[in-house]
Parts: sequence; C-alpha cells; structure tokens
Amino acid sequence: MQATIVEAVKDALHTEMAADDDVVVFGEDVAESGGVFRATDGLLEEFGEDRVVDTPLSEIAIVGAATGLAMYGYRPVAEIQFSGFLPPAFDQLVTNASRIRWRTRGALSAPMVVRMPYGAGVRALEHHSESMEGAYAHIPGLKVVAPSTPHDTKGLLLASIRDPDPVLFMEPKRIYRSFRDDVPEEDYEVPLGEAAVRREGSDLTVVSWGSMMPPTLDAADEADADVEVIDLRTISPMDTETVVESVKKTGRAVVVHEGPRSHGVGGDIVAHINDEALMYLEAPVERVTGFDTPVPLLSMEDYYFPHPPRILDAIEDALSV
Amino acid sequence: MSENEPTEHPANATVSAGEPRFLTQDDLSVDTHQVVAPDGSYDADEVPDLDDEQFQDLYRWMLTDRVFSKRMVNIQRRGELGTFGSTRGQEASIIGSAYTLQPDDWLYVGRAWTPMFMRGVPMKDMIMFWRGIEEGQQSFAEHNCQIAISIGSHLPLVAGLAWGMDLSGDDAIATAYLGDGATSTGAAHEAINFAGALEVPALFYCQNNQYAISLSAEEQTGANTLAQKALAYGMDAIRVDGQDVLAVYEAVNEARKRVRNGEPVFVESVTYRMDAHTTSDDPTRYRSDEEVDAWEDADPLERYREFLRAEGLWDDIDHDAIEAEIDAEFDAALEEANAFEERGVEEIFAHVYAELPPDLQRQSEEFSDLLERRPELYDYIEQRPKG
Ligand SMILES: Cc1ncc(C[n+]2csc(CCOP(=O)(O)OP(=O)(O)O)c2C)c(N)n1
Ligand SMILES: [Mg+2]
Repeated sequence: MQATIVEAVKDALHTEMAADDDVVVFGEDVAESGGVFRATDGLLEEFGEDRVVDTPLSEIAIVGAATGLAMYGYRPVAEIQFSGFLPPAFDQLVTNASRIRWRTRGALSAPMVVRMPYGAGVRALEHHSESMEGAYAHIPGLKVVAPSTPHDTKGLLLASIRDPDPVLFMEPKRIYRSFRDDVPEEDYEVPLGEAAVRREGSDLTVVSWGSMMPPTLDAADEADADVEVIDLRTISPMDTETVVESVKKTGRAVVVHEGPRSHGVGGDIVAHINDEALMYLEAPVERVTGFDTPVPLLSMEDYYFPHPPRILDAIEDALSV
Repeated sequence: MSENEPTEHPANATVSAGEPRFLTQDDLSVDTHQVVAPDGSYDADEVPDLDDEQFQDLYRWMLTDRVFSKRMVNIQRRGELGTFGSTRGQEASIIGSAYTLQPDDWLYVGRAWTPMFMRGVPMKDMIMFWRGIEEGQQSFAEHNCQIAISIGSHLPLVAGLAWGMDLSGDDAIATAYLGDGATSTGAAHEAINFAGALEVPALFYCQNNQYAISLSAEEQTGANTLAQKALAYGMDAIRVDGQDVLAVYEAVNEARKRVRNGEPVFVESVTYRMDAHTTSDDPTRYRSDEEVDAWEDADPLERYREFLRAEGLWDDIDHDAIEAEIDAEFDAALEEANAFEERGVEEIFAHVYAELPPDLQRQSEEFSDLLERRPELYDYIEQRPKG
C-alpha cells in the first residue's frame, strides 16, 4: 500500500497489536481521539480499552509505568505527545528504563518503546520543535531510532517493539505526511543498528537521519559531484561500519542533523571517522546542524533548519580541499 | 525511658484497635462555593463587597475575554496566527480570580490571557505571542507575568517566586493558573507540597474546565475533586463554581489574604472549555453535543447579567458600546502587530546567554555570511511575523 510516515506508524501498531497480545499502547489522547497526529487512530476500536489507554497528563508515570509493565512481561508502546515534553520523564529513562537489565545482571529487562514526534517545522508553540537525540543517545542502555521513510517506519517500529531493550522511537513530524511510499501490507522488520545507503556515490559521503533526509538528498542531487548518502536510521547503537567503509571509499564526509551542533551526534560521528578512517580523509569532516540555541518560535523557525543550500555549501567546502 | 524515646506525634493521640479503618474520600465533604445560582437567584447578604464601578468592571473584563477569544479564533482561521487556545466559557473563572491580583503580584498562567491585559500587557503583544514572536514574552515579563507551555512546569517556579517574596518581605504573592490536566504532572505535586512545607505566599488557581485536550476530568484522576489534593500537602483549599464570577472573586480574594500571610492556598474553579482545545483540535471526537449544550446554558456572562439586572446595574451598561470598544482595541492591536518589522537573523542567537559565547558568535556570523552568499536559502525560509 502507499502510506505516509504517520500512516506507517499506525499500520505497525495495528500489525503488532494483532500479532502479540502483550502489546499495550498508551499515552495522552491516544485512545478516544486517536492521537493528536492520528497515529493511534482506530486502535481503541480494534483492540479495546484494556490495551489502548488514555493516561493522565503524567509524562513521568507514562515512561516509568512503561518500564514497570515491561519488567512484568508486557510490551508497552508509550506515546509522548511531543518530544519537547519528554524532559520530565528523562529521569525515568536515565534512572530506570535504561538500567534495569544492567542493574539486575539480566534477571530483568525493559523491552519497551517510547514513541514521540520530534523536530521543527509544524509552526506550533515553544517546546514543539526540538531535536534532542544527542541527549538521549548519550544514555547507555537506551536505543534511539529515527526513521525517514514510511517503509522504514513500519519495519523499524516493529523491530523496536520486538527488541529486548528499551527504544526511544523519534518520529520526524515535519515529514509525517509530506510523501507516500510503498509500505508492504505484511509483517516485516528493518533491523535496528543498520544504516541504509540511500544514494551511492564515490566523491563524498553525507550522513544524516530522520527529518533531515529529504533536504540532504536534495542537496546531494544538486551537487556537482558523485555523492553517497547514508541514512543512519538507528542513532544508538550506531552502524559506524557503514559510515566508516563509505568514508574510506570517498575520502570526504559531511554530517547533517537538526539538533544543536555542540556535544551532538555529529561530533560523535566525526570522532568515529577520525578513529577508523583518518588516513583516508582528504578534507576535514563538515557538520551542518541546528544552532546552539533553542529553536526559534514559529515566526523565525525556518531559519533554524538546515536547508539544502546550507548542506550544499558544506558539500562544496569539503570537496574544495 | 531512654533519651531515644520518640517525641509524641499528634497522629498518635488517638489510636484504635480492631479492624483497621480506611480513610476514604468520603471522609471529606467538599462544597462548591457559589453566590449567584444558575437561575440567577442570590442572597443579597452573600454578595461580595464591591462598588458599582467594580461590578461593571468585572463585566467589561469578562466581555473583553470573550471578544478577544472570538477575534483570535477568527484571525487564526484566516491564517494570521499559528494556533490559539480559546477561553470561551471560562470568563467568570478567569476574570473573577484575576480581579483580586495586585500590581506587585506575579502571575504564571495556563489558559487565561485577559489577566495579562489586566496587568497592562498590550493586546498587540498577546497577538505576537501566538504568532511565535519572542518579543511578546518580553512584554509579559515586563508585567510580571508569563505563559507556561509545558504543562505543570511553572508550578515549581511559582513556589520559588513566592519564596523570594517571603525572603524579601514584599507585599506580594505569586500565582499559578493551571488546568485539571496539570494536576497530574509530577512538577505540580512537588511544587504544591514544597510551597506547603515552606509556607510561602503562593496561590495555585486550578481551572477545572473538564478536559485536558480529549481526556475528561473524571478520567484524569480517581479523586472526587481536585481541591482535595491540596490537603494532602498541608495546604487549605477552596472549590468554587467557576461560572459564577462573584463566587470566584470572593473565593480568590479570601484565598489571597491568607496567601499574603504565608499560608499558600489551592483553589479549584469548576468551569468548562466551550471551544476546541486549540484551533487544531476537533472536540467532536471526544464529547457530545448534548454536554456542550448543557454548559452553554451555564454561560457565565449570562449568569452575571442576571445579577446585574437584579441589582439595577444593567441599565447603566451599554453592552454593544463596550463590545464595539473592545473590537476597536483589537483592531488597533492587530494593526500594530502587523506593523512589526522582520528581525535580523542575529535575533536567533540573542539572549541565550548574558554574553554570547565565542562559538555561538561564530555560528551567528557564519550564518549571516551564508545567507548573503546563498540567497537561494530564502526559497526555503520565510519570516512570518504575521503568523
Ligand atoms: C508536559 C506537557 N505534556 C503534554 C502537553 C501537550 N498538551 C498541551 S495542553 C494539554 C492539556 C492540558 O490540559 P489542562 O491542564 O486541563 O489545561 P487546559 O488546556 O484544559 O486549559 C496537553 C496534553 C504539554 N503542553 N505539556
Ligand atoms: Mg483542562
């Protein structure tokens, strides 16, 4: 079927709830109204109020109770309405979800998913625009996933729900409905921890993920060079091998992400390239990122986002050395 | 006994044997304070002590609240705002409470915009806020008020502001407006307990408008009332009919007096959100027309008009003229907001720190330079000071 990213989320949830009775979906406004982005639409009617639950406005309890449910043998899929409202629950991710397996030497675990739309571009109020994957990827024991296509969204979400460890599933809401692609009706997984090469090339490697993939691919198309584009798909644990092998081939790299520049995932990717492919580099690795500021409110939000000309500029810089 | 003997705790004063007795919610009877009944009747002795001008003032502000919401919803539909949260139905709850606040008090709101106008914030700045222009918030701050977008996140701030007022010995209180949904956040519980334990001059004004987006107040908590939650934190509470502006005024006025003396208070105002949660919400997905119609019959302006008529004050109020004045004020504010100039990109980097760190300075300069070198960036960037 042809589906958007948000429809692929819905399809994955329907698929897994039908396949596994232990899957429970909950969060604010997810049941009766089907979610503010309609990602959980129809689940209540199909699976009933024991398994599809509208919770109180309590992010700490949503994430903490998901952890408890998971420890007890369920497969919770919790929704945080916007990623800007995860911070209250950061404590539960750091203190509990990510450490249950480690703390109990594997006697207990927390196989759970926290889904949330992230990123700028929907012209909402403050706290509706952030990309904080860098902060979340910094938590040992937590997996962080960010799909960029409808096909991957379904496959990655199914793999995340079935994963033995907690997964933070970051949905690029800017492109929730911006295009459709072919999403198989059947059950399939896209494995966590595997990047995808979206475009093969020999001159330069661009690494990105999530909402930054469309502008990255646009910039690659425009570049006067043979650009390879890697979609990381899983931010943690990271598929460094695909990145490093590509850079060994091209000798040049650009990393693109929406979140702030400093202390972010981009810096970490550069470090991996330095560790394993320094001698292959012909130019310093460029980063194209959000600024080290809060995302501007909606009147100036457009400025924050790395648009294709900014990415192209970095590509040309890296090629000019 | 030894010096380790426990000190007598008041809870040990009465002990009982046999079956343990459960403390239940029914141990508590929570009244809802009301002055003017839904049918417009009232006991003249129970009317708060306000003069005619103040009675008229209350009406004017309630009408301001209604007109402002209506106009904002309209311009949002025309594409001139990002989004907006209407307060229709909550006018008595909003105005009766805010009317008690004093100029030096601090105010942190949830769904309540007119209280900020009552403190002197120009309407233009509220329009700019909903257009996502940071300067709107700057203006709010200059009038000791702010809007919290992350639900419940402001309650600890209000506890701290109140603490500061207490330390400084200032004649002021800090007030948080919150919704029914906000009472479920961890931040709210910690803050209310904290304020109760430290005995700081904080007022928690909870507008129970029956919904947190799609979740009804009954589904939000197992507690019979929201007011009773405060008791667990050692804080006194009042529950008030939020469609009755005089009851709200009286309740919050009494609460404010206590708060001023270092006894924080929690007030639950029982009201209703008539419009959608925001302009991007569809309430027909989660509530019935019958329910909405029933609350339409509990319209707070109509209830207050009944009172004003009975008092003989209505004849002196030219409703249409006041409405025309408020409309004119809105028109002027909109025109002013529309005249707001586009800002330079350096604004994005301003105010993150008191002093721009060198790396951020570099990011700012590089970006300005890039915009000059690659003007095609403007194909992707639109500054939208008009929403
Ligand atoms: C911490 C947090 N979680 C979720 C949201 C999304 N959200 C915005 S308003 C709202 C409901 C708020 O309900 P309530 O506190 O009753 O206030 P009301 O809107 O009814 O005035 C939600 C869930 C948010 N803004 N902040
Ligand atoms: Mg509410």
